[in-house]
Parts: sequence; structure tokens; C-alpha cells
Amino acid sequence: MKGLNEIGIYKRIGLKLTIVVSFTAVVIIGVYSYFNIKSQNDVLLSEVERHANQLSETVKNSTRYSMLFNEREQIQETIMTIGKDPTIYDVRILNKEGMIIYSRKQDEIGQMLDKKAESCYACHAENKPLEKLSMKDRTRIFKLHPDSTRIMGIVNPIYNEKSCWQSDCHAHSKEATVLGVLDVSISLQAIDKQLQENQMRVFLFAIVSVISIGLIIGLFVKKWIDKPVKELVNATNEVALGNLNYAITDLGNDELGYLAKSFNKMISRLDETRLQLVQSDKMASLGRLAAGVAHEINNPLTGVLTYSSFLLKRTKDNPQMQEDLNVIVRETMRSREIVKGLLDFARQSTPKKHQVDINEVIKRAISVVNNQLKYSRINLSTELNEKIPKVIADANQIQQVCLNLLLNSIDAIGTEGGSIDIKTNLTSLPPKGNTQIKSAVCLKNHNLIYKEFKIGGLPSIQLKIKSNGVEGFMNLDPVYGNNRHFFGINLSKNSSISLNCPTCDISLIDKNEKCPECGGPVYKITIPNQGYLAGCASFNDNWQKWEFIDLGGDRQFVEIKIKDSGCGIPQENISKLFEPFFSTKGQKGTGLGLAIVWGIIDNHNGTIDVESEVGKGTTFSIKLPLV
Amino acid sequence: MKEELDILIIDDEQVVIDSIKRICDINNYKVDFALDAESALLKINQKIFRIIISDIMMPGMDGFQFLNELRNKNIDTPVVITSGYSTIENAVRSLYSGALDFIPKPFSFDEIVSVIKRCIKYGELTDPSTKNTTSIVHVPCPVKYYRLGYSCWVNELNDGSVNIGATDIFIKTLENIRTVEFLENDTMINQAEPIVKLIAEDGTINQLYSAVSGRIIESNQKILSDITLLEKDPYFAGWLYRIIPGQLDLEMSMLTPCSSDR
Repeated sequence: MKGLNEIGIYKRIGLKLTIVVSFTAVVIIGVYSYFNIKSQNDVLLSEVERHANQLSETVKNSTRYSMLFNEREQIQETIMTIGKDPTIYDVRILNKEGMIIYSRKQDEIGQMLDKKAESCYACHAENKPLEKLSMKDRTRIFKLHPDSTRIMGIVNPIYNEKSCWQSDCHAHSKEATVLGVLDVSISLQAIDKQLQENQMRVFLFAIVSVISIGLIIGLFVKKWIDKPVKELVNATNEVALGNLNYAITDLGNDELGYLAKSFNKMISRLDETRLQLVQSDKMASLGRLAAGVAHEINNPLTGVLTYSSFLLKRTKDNPQMQEDLNVIVRETMRSREIVKGLLDFARQSTPKKHQVDINEVIKRAISVVNNQLKYSRINLSTELNEKIPKVIADANQIQQVCLNLLLNSIDAIGTEGGSIDIKTNLTSLPPKGNTQIKSAVCLKNHNLIYKEFKIGGLPSIQLKIKSNGVEGFMNLDPVYGNNRHFFGINLSKNSSISLNCPTCDISLIDKNEKCPECGGPVYKITIPNQGYLAGCASFNDNWQKWEFIDLGGDRQFVEIKIKDSGCGIPQENISKLFEPFFSTKGQKGTGLGLAIVWGIIDNHNGTIDVESEVGKGTTFSIKLPLV
Repeated sequence: MKEELDILIIDDEQVVIDSIKRICDINNYKVDFALDAESALLKINQKIFRIIISDIMMPGMDGFQFLNELRNKNIDTPVVITSGYSTIENAVRSLYSGALDFIPKPFSFDEIVSVIKRCIKYGELTDPSTKNTTSIVHVPCPVKYYRLGYSCWVNELNDGSVNIGATDIFIKTLENIRTVEFLENDTMINQAEPIVKLIAEDGTINQLYSAVSGRIIESNQKILSDITLLEKDPYFAGWLYRIIPGQLDLEMSMLTPCSSDR
């Protein structure tokens, strides 16, 4: 499997997203800036235009008087003075024929302008007669040569009027409409500079925006996508390596968080299925083994049994020999029963569940052993609650469970006589003391369930414990709230205890919490998909809290209690009780009875507990959930 | 003229063959044996056997295939199936496939002797050549009944329970039943599990395999006082148990309807 780091940088979602968003930003900024600068340009130009027009009117008005009196030097002087302004490129007056009469640039005076020249084109285009022109038509923007700054020219026709043809010089006739043109040109250098600066600013703005968009998107992509994806990839890799206890820590409430949750759900289901598979695989191979053993052993046993029973018939006159042969026959018969038991165990099929009246099932089981009870002088008392609802279960299997337990009790009582009490009841139980912790991990997701060490017949939670410099293991009771912990080292009172993961040594103490009962430190263990289990880590009191389960409220069970006054089970045997082939009956048992019981109850999602005191008796309690 | 023998033993284990042979020698049965089903079929072609005792798990053809082969060849020699893998399924399947009896390994002297005797008797009873000489009246199994193999019948009653009993031919293979031993009421029984011990005059203990599984609610106490009921009226007054069946629908598929007998 490729690691995330092997994905080329240009292939990553973060970069792709950044590029797309940046490109969009650039397009938006570009279009906006284009129109913005264009309108700025227009505003500035019209401003300049207005200014130039005003200027041109000013020139026209200030020279008017000099013109009427034909004071040519005066006119030239005025133009020179006004033209000194640095923004004014040129001021000149042309006569009707296009000859420059006055100009700021004195060397121009006397030059003829072609009517097609820029300043004349507006009026003389297509040989139209001179008429009143709009402002727009009177202005023009041009460059003297490609590298020079832009220049705006505005022509202002000087119209003929009464005072012109009546003045003393009589220079103009009454018929002429336009006497000449005042042409003012203004340099646009300042505006151009401003526009250029604006463009520069927009460009900078675009760059800064793109960079910050990239950074912000990158940051959030890393936070919202990269990290969760990395965690998901990590989790899938862990699962691929076979660690089905791995759970992704909370990734929030977004889509990826939801994905992580459903991933966790999937993995836990996968784990359950795998366990079931392993179990059924075990059963299947045990079945094959049993079949093989049965076939292989039964053939030689046939030889032993037929020959010995045959000899038994032939030696009726030899009582000594009869006795010996009887032992052989009897023991061979017993071997036959053991092999048969093995075959029956291997044939355990999946339960066929229906609505079952547990009391009825118990009565049937009792009827099977009734004779044996009488024979063993056992007083059986039943207290069957008639009000218990029916349970979804396989009646035959539950009967087998009751039968096996009853037979065990009868064996435990022996020949001296005793009593067996059977009770059924409907119990509604708080989660505490009745919920098995089936999986537990440290913060780094290392499995803490240790199948080799069982408490009350269930795999315990193993932790590394350090106290007073001594290091060892401790095992937490896997039943929530039961606190039958096992300590591998001696705990001295009031010494500080540290609890760590046996795999990675990460501390399991939650420094932010204090035990509400003794104020001591608190351990916190992750229960995949089911929150956290917290508990007092000084073990001075039995405080434990598993909020996830507490919130679920009480659950209802049908409880079957079978109590006998038999010999009891030594404490060291209780943890091995439900394992296949564990037997204390020596030659009498196969060691499969309680393994079958456990398998059936587990198949029904129930629990089985055993309490026993040597010499006083044993109580098995079975709880079958009402779904 | 083909050689006539009493018993053909088929088993891949020499010790099993030797054991059965030893027992047969005592009872003066003439015996031949084969180590696999193929060579057994060759021997059946050459010789005439009164009964065949066959294992299930053998190299090559297994016991069930062997039974099929016999049926295909129209050989109606009674067959006893024996197996070390003595599960209920194998027992049911053997009887359904046409075996006259099933005997799990290991068996004792008395167990195998009673089975052999019963099967030889069955052969005699059904052999067409001897039919005329013996004066047996065959009582047919009623149409609505079902049977497991040739031994146990079952009849569904209106109240959901069933009656089971021994077939006419099974009773006739036993010579003068002296004692009947029932199981206790309320016992849970499985299909093809022994449910009644019939002890004959000659001391053989004969087990009848149940046709169905379930809980025994009643056994026919009249038989204990008048044992001839079994023989006189095997399908009605001679019933053995009333049972609440466990999974009748499922087990029906392994039963033969008596209507197919006619």
C-alpha cells in the first residue's frame, strides 16, 4: 500500500483546490480591475477634458480684447504666459486656412497645417461644413511618437461675431462663420502615471489575494482533509496489517468524521465476524478432528469390544476371568460414550431460535434427571416465576445448558445427598456489574484485552502498573463496576501508582480528572465506539464510570439460577471452567460440558456467572437478554 | 450353480472383519469379506449372500454409494450399515438409503448377533422362493403412515402429537418377543436413536430406532400386559409411544411414505 507521502505534491487535493480557487480569484480580480481602471481612466480624462476646455475658454476670453484691437504681440504674450504651465503642452491659434498664427512654441508660427491633421480632422472630416461641435468631437488624444506620453488636444473654434466684422481692422468679413481655431494641448503624463500606479496596486492586490487564499485554503485543507485522511489511511493500513482493534479517534462531525465513525463501526463488526469465524473455524476443525478420531478409534474399539464380549460368553465357568473381562467390556463401552460425546460436541449447529418459555424448558430438563435426583437423594426445589416473558432462544440448546448444569450439580453433590435450587426471575439490571467490556485500547489504539488471564471466566484488561519503583502487570475486571481486579505487585498504601499500556507504555492516567470519592488519580481507557471507562487509579475505592453505557439505562434479562450444595469449585479452577477439555471429574468427564454451555449462552448474547465456595456449593447464574 | 454363503462383510479395517468373522464362526455362518465396495460387488456377482454388512467410510466407493449400486442392480440382499462415525445423520441416511439396519461401531457380541439374526430372518421372510412354504400373513403399513427404513413407523395424530411403533416386518424378524423395555415419559429422543428394547426368546436384545425426534408423552402400557399386541396389530393397538415431535417437517424428508409400498 502506498503511503500518503508517495502521492506527488501536484496530485494532492489541497494544491488542486488552491489552484482552482486562486485561478477563480485571479479571473474575478482581473475582470473587476479592468472595468475599474477603465472607468477611472474615463473619469480622469473627462476631468482633464473639462479642465482643458475651461483653459481653452479662458485663453479665448483673455485674448478676445486683444483680437478686437488686433494687438498681435499682446495675444502672443498672453499665450506664452498661459502656456508656461508644465501640464500644458501647447497653445496655438490657427486661422481658417490652417496657418498657425500664434503658438506657445514660437517656431511653429507661420506653419501651415494640413486640414487632415489631427487638430483639424474633427471639423474638416469628409469635407463637412464647420458647425458647432460637441465636446467629445473637439478633443483628441494622441502621441507625438510611440514612446512619448499621451497628449490631449482640444480645439475651440473662434466664431465670427458682430464685433469682429465691425472692428477697425476689418480683418474679417461678415459672411465668415468660423474665423479660426484655438488649439490647446495638455500633457496626460500625470494621469497616465496615476493609472499606472493603480494598475500596479491592483496587480499587487491580486498577488497578495492569491497567496493568502492559497495559504488559508491550504491551512484548512490540512486541518479538515489532510489530517483526517491521514488518520483514515493510517487506520486502513493498521487494519490491513490485521489489527482489528484499531479505532479512529473522534474526527469531528463533518463528512470525514462520519466516515471515520462508520469505519470504526465496520471494523468492530469485522472484528466480531472474524471472532465468530475463528470460533466456527475452531469448531469445524474440532469437528473434523472428532470425526477422524471417532472413525480411527471406533474401529480398534470394535475389535476390543467384540473379542472381549465374546470371551465373556465363553468363560461363564470362570468367575475370576469374567470379572476381569467385565472391566474390559465396561471400559470399552465408556470409551464408546466418550467418542460419542465428542461427536455430539462437534455437531453443535447454529441455534434455531424461537419464542421460548424458559420455565417450560427448565421443567423438561428436570424431568430428564428426576430419577437421578431421587437416586442421589437430592432435594430439588424450584422457584419459577410464572410471569417472565418468553425469550428468543433455541429451546433444545437452553435445555442442554440446564441439563449440563444440573448433571454437574448432581456430580458435585455426590452420594451424600444435598439440595439443588432452581430459580427464574425477570431482572432489570443497571449496566454496572452486568456489562462485559469486550474491547479496550490505549490512546495509541493498542489492544488491552488479555485473553490469557481471565477474571470470572472472561478475558481481563491487562495494564502495566508501577508502584514504589516496582513494576508489574495488573488485570482489571472486564465486568464494568465489578472491581475484582488482580494486582501482579504489592500495592503499598498512599504510594503513587502509574498505569501504562503494556505495548507502548503510554500513560493511562487522566491528569485532568480526580476521583470524586477519594480525590485520587483517575485512569481512563478507551472503549472503541463506546466512549471511555474511567476509574479510581489509587484503588482505595471502587469508583468506576462508563458514561456511554450508563446513558443506555437498565437492561432486562431473564435470569436462571441453579444453586447446589455440592463440593464447590476451588478459586484457581473457576477461570478455566468454561475451557474445552478442562475437567475435574478425571476419567468420568470429557471436559466439554461447560464449554458447550458457555458456547450456547454466548450464542444467545447472554452471560453466565459462577460463584462458588469450596465445601458449601456453587451457583451458576445465566442471564438471557430480552431483546 | 453359484456358491451360497450367509454373510458378506465389507470393511477397510481387517480387525473389524476379523471380529465379525469370529462371531459368525461361533454361530456357524458362512462368511466372505471384501476390503472395499468395488471388490464386494464382484463377489456379489459370483456368489449368493443372505446378508451384507458394510462400513460407510471406505476408500473408493462409500457405503451409501454401495447401497445405490445395489438398488440400481436390483439386488435386494438385506444390508446392515456399520460405521465408526456413528452420527444420527449417518444412521438416518443409511436407513433412508435402503439399509435394513444401522449398527454403530464399536458393537458388542450380542449387539451384532441380534442384528445378523434379524436380517437373516428378514431375508427369509421376503424371499419369494420361500414365501409359499412359510405361512406368514403380511400386515401392510397403512397408507397415511410414514416409516424410517423398514423398522419404525410414524402416524400423525390430530392434536399435533404422533404415534410411533414397530413395523409388521420388524416384529416378525424377532422370534417371540418376551420383554419390552420402554423409555421414561418426558424423555427427549432424536431421530434414529434407540427407543425400545425388545428382548426375544433366544435372548437377543433388539433396539428399535425412532422415526422422529421429540418428547415422549406416553408409552403403550397395554403392551406390557399383552405382548402379542405388537404382532397382532402392529399399526394400531400395538403402538409404542405417543410423542410431541420436535421438527417433524424437517425429518419427514428422510421418511418413506407407506403408500409407496403398494
